[in-house]
Amino acid sequence: MAVTDGAGTESARTSAKRPNRLFKNMTAKLASIPMVFTALVVFIGCTAWTIYHSFTKSRLLPAPDKWVGLDQYERLWSTRRWLVSIENLAIYGICSLVLSLVIGFTLAALLDRKIRGEGIFRTIFLYPFALSFIVTGLVWQWVLNPQFGIQSVVQRWGWESFTFDPLNNADIVIYGILIAGIWQGSGFIMVIMLAGLRGIDEDIWKATRVEGIPVWKTYIVVIIPMMRPVFVTALVLIAAGIIKVYDLVVAQTSGGPGISSEVPAKYVIEKMFQSQNLGQGFAASTMMLLSVLVVLIPWAYLEFGGKRRD
Amino acid sequence: MNFMKATTAGIAFCAAGAVSAAELEVTHWWTSGGEAAAVAEFAKALDATGHTWVDGAIAGSGGTARPIIISRIIGGDPMHATQLNHGRQAEELIEAGLLLDITDVAEAGGWKDIINPSSLLDSCTVDGKIYCAPVNIHSWQWIWLSHKAYEDAGVPVPSNWDEYVASAGALEAAGKIPLAMGQQAWQSSGAFGVINVAVGGVELWNKINVQKDAEAAGGAEMAKVFEAAAAARAMAANSNVQDWNQATNLVITGQAGGQIMGDWAQGEFQVAEQVAGEDYTCLPGLGVNEVISTGGDAFYFPKQGDADIEAAQKELAALLLSPEVQVNFNLKKGSLPVRGDIDLTAANDCMKKGLEILAAGNILLSGDQVLSADTSGQIEDLMVEFWNDPSYSAADAQAKYAQIIGDAD
Repeated sequence: MAVTDGAGTESARTSAKRPNRLFKNMTAKLASIPMVFTALVVFIGCTAWTIYHSFTKSRLLPAPDKWVGLDQYERLWSTRRWLVSIENLAIYGICSLVLSLVIGFTLAALLDRKIRGEGIFRTIFLYPFALSFIVTGLVWQWVLNPQFGIQSVVQRWGWESFTFDPLNNADIVIYGILIAGIWQGSGFIMVIMLAGLRGIDEDIWKATRVEGIPVWKTYIVVIIPMMRPVFVTALVLIAAGIIKVYDLVVAQTSGGPGISSEVPAKYVIEKMFQSQNLGQGFAASTMMLLSVLVVLIPWAYLEFGGKRRD
Repeated sequence: MNFMKATTAGIAFCAAGAVSAAELEVTHWWTSGGEAAAVAEFAKALDATGHTWVDGAIAGSGGTARPIIISRIIGGDPMHATQLNHGRQAEELIEAGLLLDITDVAEAGGWKDIINPSSLLDSCTVDGKIYCAPVNIHSWQWIWLSHKAYEDAGVPVPSNWDEYVASAGALEAAGKIPLAMGQQAWQSSGAFGVINVAVGGVELWNKINVQKDAEAAGGAEMAKVFEAAAAARAMAANSNVQDWNQATNLVITGQAGGQIMGDWAQGEFQVAEQVAGEDYTCLPGLGVNEVISTGGDAFYFPKQGDADIEAAQKELAALLLSPEVQVNFNLKKGSLPVRGDIDLTAANDCMKKGLEILAAGNILLSGDQVLSADTSGQIEDLMVEFWNDPSYSAADAQAKYAQIIGDAD
């Protein structure tokens, strides 16, 4: 509130000085009205509507008058399936974030060493991204299937005792999903990183070579800090993918064995549409939004808060 | 501008489609071989009246199709008729006034007298008005046993649940899976319900599911049911298929001793050209409590606000219950007809067993009729975890179950 007030008085002051400021760039402002409208109504409005209804006993249809307070949240946090979902999302999220960035950057750096056939490799690495999550999920379900996939192939080579069936093992099933997620997503991160690397001035490389800094050190100390905006973009894209992971799980395991590979988005969808309990689904989606905000707000504060102080 | 034109044209087109009253779009999720053949009987009968059946089959199970159907009705793009499991799934749609009242059709057809059991019609009735046309009866309470598996194991085919449990060791020694189970939530929950009725009895089941008695759900009698379910879980430990028909296939090929599954499984046996009593045995109520639940499918007719279409919808409703259509449909589907007054001489052994039980009145309501979708969903979540996690103790699961029943509405 305080920030908005401050900005308001400031703009009031400037508009007093230069009264035509409101009409500056009129076309641009007019053009952005639809987007502003969309943001206000669709994003903010619907979010508020959802949050409000998460405090009601809405079943198949929204029931704004059946207020139940925090009941839906109490039920949510005492549901084992939700707790398992959160745990899975945390494991999947952290691993996927780290691995996508590391693998993506490493591949990009390798391609950037002016190797032969770069175009071919780039295409191969990016190719999985052209597939939908459903296709990716089904492909990996087969690859990881103990009767047809990796396990049976290795066993046929002679290593009889080899077992690798993550999708049938409740303890490691989420890693089976992670493999598919990384396979699909890291090529895309690689391309973004590669674009970032290509944006680095050739003179920087010349300078570090003159100074005699080893290549790996140049990457870590000089190049990566320079690529900060690229990393932020990649981070946002990966994080969005993590929060909404749903189709991959549906295609690979549909949550099984048991409930061991459930994820929050799946909980929301199933409570809303299969269990006909909108209130519970809204409560779960509000918690998902909250978890995004918990990450986003401190970051936004660090990212944009600093500039105002300058 | 082009967009506007296209939209207007689209609306005009839709309107034109709706005006020709003879075209009725019907959504359902009957897509397997036998099911599709059964639906074709409906379509044939409707087409014969001069109206046209526009098939809106939605692939996937009811769990996939129901949200699509409901969101179309709520979203203002209702189909002309749709399959749903009657009971509480459509409760709120009726309260919101989105479904057509077909009481006059029911009265004209004398549904009150012909529909057996009458609970089917009760499930279609809200405040004395009838909103759906039941078309068949499906029951869950069956176990399907493979004669081949028992021959290979060298033990006689069991005739009830206790013998079946006792034979598990012999089956395992012969390299068979004693109990075939798909790992999807609805199957776990359904199998548990069957064990519940067989081991705990009808009275206990009614007390818990109809009266929502949480004390009974947490009581000593129910503890026996959970112990039995835990034993069944151990018997199904090596069954790692997902879909129900894959599990049925294990029984058909003799790799598994048996499967707890509803009467729709017999369609699979028919397709595999197996004969009841020779190649497989069916035991209603697990051979302990010979009762069947009388859930099933029903058709609902979303409101269209057009008198011509409404008339056609009502004509379809009457048609679905006509004796001829009932016989043709149910023989193909493997389900029991909703009318007690028609002759099913062509029915196979298992269907006849079902008809006898039905005629004797040993019936109970189905889960869809007594529990809300929300409660069913919670029980499914619990059961799928219980069946797949051997470390989840029967006592813990029972405590959680009692809590769900206590919260149920």
